[in-house]
Amino acid sequence: MEGEMMTGNLAAAWGARLADVDYIPAFPITPQTEIVEALAKWCESGAMAARFVTMDSEHSMMTAAGAAAATGARVFTATSSQGLLYALEVLYSVSGWRAPLVLVNVSRALAAPITLEPDHNDVLAARDSGFLQIHAETCQEVLDSILMAYRIAEDERVMLPVIVNLDGFYLSFTREPVIMPDLQMVKAFLPPFRPAHLGFKASAPHALGVAVLSGTPYSYFRHQMHLAAMNALEVHREAAAAFEQLVGRRYDVVEGYRLDDADDVLVMTNAFASKGKAAVDVARAEGKRVGLLRLRVIRPWPADAIRHALQGRRAVAVLDQNLSPGQGGILFQEIAACLYHEALRPRALCSFIGGLGGKNLSEGELRTVFEQTAEAGVQGKGIGPVLLYTEAEHREMVQLQDLATEHRA
Amino acid sequence: MWQRETFKKIKQIPREEHVLPGTALCAGCGGLEALRLAAKVLGDEVVYVNAAGCFTMLAAYPFTPFKGSWLYTTMGSAPAGAQGVRDALDVLIAKGRLPERENLKVVVLGGDGSTYDMALSSTSGAITRKLDFYYFCYDNEAYGNTGMQLSPATPYGARTTTSPCSLQHPSGATREKKDIFEIWRAHKPPYIATVAPRYPLDLEEKFARAATFTGPKLFLALSACPTGWLYDPGETPEVAKLAVETGLWPLKEAINGAVTHTYIPKPKPVEEYLKLQGRFRHLFEPVVQTEAIAHIQERVNAYWEQVEKTEKAV
Ligand SMILES: Cc1ncc(C[n+]2csc(CCOP(=O)(O)OP(=O)(O)O)c2C)c(N)n1
Ligand code: SF4
Ligand SMILES: [Mg+2]
Repeated sequence: MEGEMMTGNLAAAWGARLADVDYIPAFPITPQTEIVEALAKWCESGAMAARFVTMDSEHSMMTAAGAAAATGARVFTATSSQGLLYALEVLYSVSGWRAPLVLVNVSRALAAPITLEPDHNDVLAARDSGFLQIHAETCQEVLDSILMAYRIAEDERVMLPVIVNLDGFYLSFTREPVIMPDLQMVKAFLPPFRPAHLGFKASAPHALGVAVLSGTPYSYFRHQMHLAAMNALEVHREAAAAFEQLVGRRYDVVEGYRLDDADDVLVMTNAFASKGKAAVDVARAEGKRVGLLRLRVIRPWPADAIRHALQGRRAVAVLDQNLSPGQGGILFQEIAACLYHEALRPRALCSFIGGLGGKNLSEGELRTVFEQTAEAGVQGKGIGPVLLYTEAEHREMVQLQDLATEHRA
Repeated sequence: MWQRETFKKIKQIPREEHVLPGTALCAGCGGLEALRLAAKVLGDEVVYVNAAGCFTMLAAYPFTPFKGSWLYTTMGSAPAGAQGVRDALDVLIAKGRLPERENLKVVVLGGDGSTYDMALSSTSGAITRKLDFYYFCYDNEAYGNTGMQLSPATPYGARTTTSPCSLQHPSGATREKKDIFEIWRAHKPPYIATVAPRYPLDLEEKFARAATFTGPKLFLALSACPTGWLYDPGETPEVAKLAVETGLWPLKEAINGAVTHTYIPKPKPVEEYLKLQGRFRHLFEPVVQTEAIAHIQERVNAYWEQVEKTEKAV
């Protein structure tokens, strides 16, 4: 096996180290903490030429990160879950400052009830913040995506911050082989950060984040962010090509798995996509023509790539590892919206919710997803949102409820 | 006896202005006057890191009254913004990517609401990390920008839009002003001072002294506020003066924790100060609330008795 065994968290730390960042404001939270612990050690030992500062909260951490990037430093920071939401106000400020830093989010479901295990309500709460979002499936992809993220963020056509997301536990604490890119190659791929339009200095004073007095300048500046985010599609394409040429690994905005002749397609993100791919293999072995589309870049929304991958299919199922109470799966909505004008749009769109709070996605559940999706395709009528929750799991829940109410008997 | 060393005469205050006129702030804003004076020592090689409040309207696109730089952050994290800017400047200078001559002073500009409550975690963190920065809190004793609501800096007896005087609470605000000076002092920063815009030599001297320290340099500026305190804008000098002369706003500094009062007033009765302002009018009309006024006076007396004891003992 090629590569060193390392956790997703360590791979994230290596991403920051190889990117030669200048500044790391940090705050601990499970399951992210190992990232900043590794970085603290490297900054202390001199292995990294960065300043590491433990802040008093993620709100402060994000403010310091954005302010440092706005001053001209290359900045890395990381958080999870409650921390990301604690910083949410500042995410909007930092993207408005057009400060191109990289934030790693290690997904963890949100309280209440409080848990440490993953789902994507945390990172999707930042969906509209102006941060670009890359969601990784493997530890290797975490490291590589961080390098790509800096190149895209710092491009003059973009100048927006990026979140690189990895799943808590399933990636953060899972060791996988990771091939370390050669430092010279990284240098060739990622030029030093020398922003032309950012920075505070005595000779060139400027005012950033200032008030506007009407909707006209507000709309103008917000729309500029939108245009810049859309530019990131092209910039990502260039970065992916350059990365492939230098490092030999290719990452597109979406990844198709056994899509070629697939009638039905399952759409997933992040680490559980590996489970989805395994389920595709099982179904294929049984002669079913199914495939998987993994969304890797969520912002900007790669509508064309998604349409291209899903047009002409019989049925599409979106497996959201998130829940918008009162609505359903968040990504389902976005997929449905971008297929509406597609002449060859699938006959049925199905919405499944699974893996909430890190709940397992079993082979049986995925088999059911494929069966119900095929049936929906035949009927020409979509279904959902359907919560994946097995009978065995429900029995376990009933037992817990019995214990919780025992004293009443 | 505390003595000014740099600023002995009014003539010594530089004439050059660093906060230019024509901003959207109210006429007679005491906070802005204090900042204008402070900037005479701070100069132009500054980046102001601002928290949400009245002063946010200083830099409104496409205008700024400063020759220096500006970063608006949030209501709760301006000190963290200062941390990011300071650290980045240090790193860039150390790595040779920014010449030393491009260096800037980092100055937080926050109101009392931000300073006393929401940004307190951020401030506490910055002081504990020994961040080399200035903190300028303009204290107008309420959430001003949102229309004068009760803040933790609102003094007992003041009427705000969320501490109206009523039958149950005839005095308006019923709790005492939070002592942010002592909260800051417990963090042991090298320099803390209170200032008032009507005492320019005292103010300039303190900024000049602060400049000799590395680390957190914290200022609490009395910001007499015609709009919120309900008096005529032309009376700001008088209001600011009486705040000090009645002993309600002590002028003091703390160098490495050691407190010195920089001006000892021959205290006038607090009524003289209270009577000038609409926010205290209910203490005098329709009936005089003798107890409430006496309470305010007693607290001032007790404060200065304590000062006399401790500072004489030194
Ligand atoms: C998180 C957050 N909550 C509330 C506000 C609304 N807000 C804006 S300015 C302000 C008052 C700030 O009071 P203070 O710090 O005393 O400054 P002043 O307005 O008096 O200048 C408030 C509450 C905000 N901007 N951000
Ligand atoms: S409301 Fe008060 S503090 Fe705010 S700008 Fe007006 S005078 Fe100044
Ligand atoms: Mg205020």
